[in-house]
Amino acid sequence: MRKALIILALLFAGLVPLMRYHPATSPAPTAVAAPPAPETGTPTPGTGTQGTRTVDGPVVDTEFGPYQVRVTFSGATITDVQIVTEPGDGHSQRIASRAGPTLRSEALRAQSAHIDMVSGATVTSEAYARSLQAAIDANGG
Amino acid sequence: MRFVEQVMGMPASIEVPDQAAAGAVFGWLRHVDRRFSPFRPDSEVRTGRHSKELTEVLDLCARYERDTGGAFRVQLPGRPLDPCGVVKGWAVQRAADMLRAAGVTEFCLNVGGDVVAAGRPWSIGIRHPDHVLRVCAVLEVDEGAVATSGTYERGDHIVDGRTGRPVRDLVSLTVVANDLTTADAVSTAAFAMGTEGIAWADAQPGCLVFAVDRDREVHRSAGLTRMLR
Repeated sequence: MRKALIILALLFAGLVPLMRYHPATSPAPTAVAAPPAPETGTPTPGTGTQGTRTVDGPVVDTEFGPYQVRVTFSGATITDVQIVTEPGDGHSQRIASRAGPTLRSEALRAQSAHIDMVSGATVTSEAYARSLQAAIDANGG
Repeated sequence: MRFVEQVMGMPASIEVPDQAAAGAVFGWLRHVDRRFSPFRPDSEVRTGRHSKELTEVLDLCARYERDTGGAFRVQLPGRPLDPCGVVKGWAVQRAADMLRAAGVTEFCLNVGGDVVAAGRPWSIGIRHPDHVLRVCAVLEVDEGAVATSGTYERGDHIVDGRTGRPVRDLVSLTVVANDLTTADAVSTAAFAMGTEGIAWADAQPGCLVFAVDRDREVHRSAGLTRMLR
């Protein structure tokens, strides 16, 4: 009987850490490396703002893997552009980390602004299909 | 209203008041393509029957060829005559002039990433050279043009006519000017000069420059600061 109690106690003790960990609301650091998130530095999550909607671009196959984009609009303003599906080999991260601090700071400053059109070397329809310009056009401008 | 079509072999996104204006713009650009494309055997460029308008474009090319010390060339050795670097800007500027003449005051035309805007403050993003979905600057343009040359889409395809070698020290160069004919020609010509083209573009009358070099350093005209959003 005593033996059974000890076993029970040990079992319970063994369960305590599990119970403690059960409300695992804290996001465990998974292997999925977050895309360079700080660049979309929107100060407010924008959940309260009215007219927030998202537009998903097509899944585009690149030599690095599938790639898909989600643009979040608050009214006519682009509040976020996320890569929903990203090539798995970390190519994007590599080119991001290669970018110097100057370009990075310029880009950071630019992300939160509303955009009507994008100037850039976009001369093929393939490039267009995966461009920010296409996302803006898909939203009606 | 926003309209998107493939013209002159590239995507064109335009914002105009109505369908009629959109039809006029796309119609004109198709007409120019038929006449000036180096890829069409019956075009003026290929047949050598040069009209007044093509002569105007070729004169502009000759001017920039001279001003860049031969870095920008309308015809590279062993290749057909190719005024593409100047024709696009010139044609889209003409479309803008046509709209104005027809009483359209508010519009924004973007053909292959070269933009002309009128009538209200428009926000024009400059594509980030390393991220297709990001911009590295946003400019407010009420009345004017923004043209960008870059190697991020087609690789090292812009050749310095002086050396015959592709430009590798720049990744993106944007020119802001009052009209797209100038902005496109200056950005194309400056890019062919490599990093020395940055100062050259900045010195062109009415031109402001925003460039990203190979090391991802940003170079921009002082006058551009007030346009940044």
